[in-house]
Amino acid sequence: MMNIKWDEILITGDPLILGSQIAIVLTMVGVIAGITYLKKWKWLWTEWLTTVDHKKIGVMYIIAGVLMFFRGGVDGLLMKAQTARPEMEFLNAQHYNEVFTTHGVIMIIFMAMPMLIGIMNVVIPLQIGARDVAFPQLNALSFWLFFSGAMLFNISFVVGGSPDAGWTSYFPLAGKEFSPSIANNYYAVALQIAGIGTLISGINFIVTILKMRTKGMTLMKMPMFTWTGFITSIIIVAAFPIFTVALALMTTDRLYGTHFFTLSGGGLDMLWANLFWLWGHPEVYILILPAFGIYSEVISTFSRKSLYGYKSMIVSIVSIAILSMLVWVHHFFTMGSGPTVNSIFSISTMLIAVPTGIKIFNWLFTMRKGRIKMTTPMLWALAFIPCFLIGGVTGVMLGMGAADFQYHNTLFLVAHFHYTIIPGVVFAVFAGIYYWWPKMFGFMLNEKIGKWHFWLFVIGFNLTFFPMFFLGLDGAVRRAYTYSAESGFASLFGLSAIGAAILALGFAAFCYNIYWSIRHADRNISSDPWDARTLEWSTASPVQYYNFAKLPEVNRLDAFWHMKKEHQGLTLKESEIEEIHMPSNSGLPIFMGAVFGIAGFFLVFEWHIAAAIAGIGIIAGLIIRSFDYDDGYHVKVNEIKSIEKSWRNVEGEVHDHVS
Amino acid sequence: MKLKKLLLPLMALFTASVLSGCDLVVFQPQGPAARSITDLINWSLVWMLLVVVVVMVLFITIVWKYREKKENMNYEPPEEHGSIWLEITWTAIPFLIVIALTIPTVTTLYDLDKVPKGYENKEPLIVHVTSADWKWIFSYPEEGIETVNYVNIPEDRPVLFKLTSAGTMQSFWVPALGGQKYTMGKMETDMYLVADNPDSYQGKNTNFNGRGYADMEFEVLAQTQEEFDEWVKEAQSRAPKLTEEEYEDLLQPTVLGRKTFSNTHLEWVNHADPNSKTYTNPESYRGHGYQGKIFEENDNYKNKSEENTNQLEANAHTNHGGEHDEH
Amino acid sequence: MSANVNTALPLEYQREQDRMNILGFWIFLGAEIILFATLFGVYGVLYQRYAGGPTHQDIIVIKDVMIQTVLLLTSSFTMGLAIFEMRRHNLKGLIAWFVVTLLLGGGFLFMEINEFIHYVHEGATMQTSAFLSSLFVLLGTHGAHVTLGIGWATMVIIQLLKRGLTPVTARKTFIIGLYWHFLDVVWIFIFTFVYLKGLVG
Repeated sequence: MMNIKWDEILITGDPLILGSQIAIVLTMVGVIAGITYLKKWKWLWTEWLTTVDHKKIGVMYIIAGVLMFFRGGVDGLLMKAQTARPEMEFLNAQHYNEVFTTHGVIMIIFMAMPMLIGIMNVVIPLQIGARDVAFPQLNALSFWLFFSGAMLFNISFVVGGSPDAGWTSYFPLAGKEFSPSIANNYYAVALQIAGIGTLISGINFIVTILKMRTKGMTLMKMPMFTWTGFITSIIIVAAFPIFTVALALMTTDRLYGTHFFTLSGGGLDMLWANLFWLWGHPEVYILILPAFGIYSEVISTFSRKSLYGYKSMIVSIVSIAILSMLVWVHHFFTMGSGPTVNSIFSISTMLIAVPTGIKIFNWLFTMRKGRIKMTTPMLWALAFIPCFLIGGVTGVMLGMGAADFQYHNTLFLVAHFHYTIIPGVVFAVFAGIYYWWPKMFGFMLNEKIGKWHFWLFVIGFNLTFFPMFFLGLDGAVRRAYTYSAESGFASLFGLSAIGAAILALGFAAFCYNIYWSIRHADRNISSDPWDARTLEWSTASPVQYYNFAKLPEVNRLDAFWHMKKEHQGLTLKESEIEEIHMPSNSGLPIFMGAVFGIAGFFLVFEWHIAAAIAGIGIIAGLIIRSFDYDDGYHVKVNEIKSIEKSWRNVEGEVHDHVS
Repeated sequence: MKLKKLLLPLMALFTASVLSGCDLVVFQPQGPAARSITDLINWSLVWMLLVVVVVMVLFITIVWKYREKKENMNYEPPEEHGSIWLEITWTAIPFLIVIALTIPTVTTLYDLDKVPKGYENKEPLIVHVTSADWKWIFSYPEEGIETVNYVNIPEDRPVLFKLTSAGTMQSFWVPALGGQKYTMGKMETDMYLVADNPDSYQGKNTNFNGRGYADMEFEVLAQTQEEFDEWVKEAQSRAPKLTEEEYEDLLQPTVLGRKTFSNTHLEWVNHADPNSKTYTNPESYRGHGYQGKIFEENDNYKNKSEENTNQLEANAHTNHGGEHDEH
Repeated sequence: MSANVNTALPLEYQREQDRMNILGFWIFLGAEIILFATLFGVYGVLYQRYAGGPTHQDIIVIKDVMIQTVLLLTSSFTMGLAIFEMRRHNLKGLIAWFVVTLLLGGGFLFMEINEFIHYVHEGATMQTSAFLSSLFVLLGTHGAHVTLGIGWATMVIIQLLKRGLTPVTARKTFIIGLYWHFLDVVWIFIFTFVYLKGLVG
């Protein structure tokens, strides 16, 4: 049960990995030394590690997402370097297989999800006029479970071996019959831990949005970003339990010899594919819907017009959500399900284009007759439309089952999903970060550097992925570590590699923007620098920790915009200030994250007794939480008064917009 | 802006790559199956191009006309909430386009499941395709021959490929002749292909299955009926016989060249049979990272008798190790 | 704050935060329904893949399963009685019926563990076939939920003894009541589609 093969734990024999191992150790030592030297442990613990404040949790998600973007991006660059010329030996097949597996998992689960959930965390409670989410401590738990899963997944390539069966981890390849090392256990366990965090977030946001909207804000008066967060949370609750089961069955197959997906004993490899995609397809809509919400906010604000077709936009996101659960078979049209099944799923797949198209037209008509300001957030929203359009129409093409027999698993498919995810999700994340940055931190990101970031990234993106449509149509399959010189693929692969280098420069510009702005940006800015429309902009920048001294009262859509126009509801009188009840910090979420991570680690290595003992820690945490009757604390009126005075003008009004 | 100057040459590059689309294999079908798919793709391209043009014209016009300039800084946009007629329009038209795409999709799906039109009277040649790590094994049960990594077929005659796998899930794809289909262990999928002309066509595996995945290319050689018959006769008389032991060796995770045999492995195992033995060799896949537990299986092919012998011990002695790309 | 308390409602619904907790738990039960539905779906696909090993008829002892069913269904009823006592503000009655519920649940678990041991002795382990893998995981997941429920309920009973009946302890009790009833409903599906169908089919 516990014979530990000490010599197999650390991955050896590869200079790139050795370099990473050394870098990881040095970085960890450096970070710990730095915090100790600056005497910031207490501050770190009380302000960040034990926080239950949705705004800080959101920021931590975003920071983690940016770091993961770096790792996933390096994975992508490695892949592009290896395929830049035919028959290169930069990465051998095994190494390449690990790199594209981690690239996919990290970008989707550990970059896109946390970025979006992070932005939802910062923005949604503010948009609905609430002081936090419904379950703040659970919210922190969600973050630490995500973080734990992410860290566990990330150490795989230096300790134990990286998963190498693709982000879809198909069986029987991913099973012990063909992958006898523990590497793919990381996939099963790390994603399970992170998945629990996401499911909890889904529940949290549903209750928050249903129960904590401020007075007068009916569902039909909510900002569109909150609507998309609401529908997304419902999809999360519907889809993630399926992945929970799939991963659990993968775990029992690999660790305990069951026969769910194995070749032997009556297992069915097709069952994994079905379960995975029953979750996997709704997952990509979990990614795109909040992104659509961000675009609705940004386009509306920077066209100075309310969102066109609000009701229709809601109908479309509900339709998309429902349809998203009815299309999963299109991921394996070629599995021989027969023409009837394939026809049904071709139809359901193509139908999703209709509500999506409705949204594009409504965004265009929001801009029409507006006054479009080309700020960095708006540039991202504008680039989204033509680029996502390509992703969308190639999606319709792929959804035609018979045609898919030629597209499936080729680079045409890879190009399609990058043309939906990057313009759809990544551009939106950038737009959201630039847009809400001042609200989070009290200063703006630099517009000039932002435009460099934008152009490099968009041009690099198109140069990287557009050639892949043609490669796919010429027979180039995905996930292949190399190709022959005779194939004729070399020039387009080379072009794509150049595009990736430009893309990387764009990301570097983004990081530089953050650095430059932290150091040089003006901190004396308006709390409403964009002249925006929704309630989050009626708070200070950065937001007061209790969000609102007095909960706002609304009576229409774009509440803040109309409050500004009618000079209503923006003034705070001292007599209106009451004590505010806030939840206490807690060390339990980070403890649970740690204990899940440790138990998970032991489970990955199949040291079952150690894992069981660590599991006791999880039970202990649950028991402690059950007996926790801490009901929070009250913020005194004097403190509220002094904070409000510091950012409002003399009459107690919010600062007028400064352009 | 400097970046805008870069835009023009980049667009030229783009256009060049678009125009080079003409000799892509998917647009040069060499058989009726591939041709029906190419026709479907072309049909979809027409409608999708229409959508792209309409949206792009709207987009460019709106962004250009309503962009903020010094001159319109005093313009306050009107309060607009929507238009039910516009909603109906841009719901109905895409819906109709979806219907226009659906009808040929459904008919093509049903057509591809049968012998291609016009070939119903020709007797199909039956070829069993067994995908293994990392090679393709083709069995001709009626001719009694078997090939590895190449398959010869007569031109102008339907070939019924019966697809299965000895191990991992893979995908059989000859893009010049038709679409692809998955091969899965202990079950069988079927596909009809016809080659219009004698020529050499490339085949691939598109479903990732490990270290040797990129090496899984095979050749489909379409010959005239006479050349094909001659080749069959030669294989029957000159090719060596495959022994069961040699076959089990073949299924090890290795990358091989071409082989020919004058018998087929169907004599002792058909991997499409759900009750067939399981031909897995986990020990042969060792080498990467910390090793986990392997399980003994009753239905493994190494259990020649029905007894529960100690598999791991047996594996350790008999296995050659297969292919290892050491780090 | 005081505006959020409505004393006309049952104790667990009086405060806004508790109402949110209860709503959140209903949504969690929705997720659990999907989880068990997936496990049932997996079972539905694999339940006849015996791989030459033991079948339903070979291993199921229907008498024991009936006893388990009676125990669990009764425990759901006694949980209902416990909540009824809670509404009458009868702490003693609540705890009494609560404990009876847990004893019945413990009895159910005891029998289920014996059932599994019996299967293993017959050579039917979860490694034997896909059918048995899905049987053990479906039943085992339900059993694990019951086990966790008993542990959780014990914690709640301790809190009830320490703090008496307050809006918070009432809410906790109500929520675990929901959980317990849910597990009972799942068992009814298991009894019908796994045991009965397995013996008849």
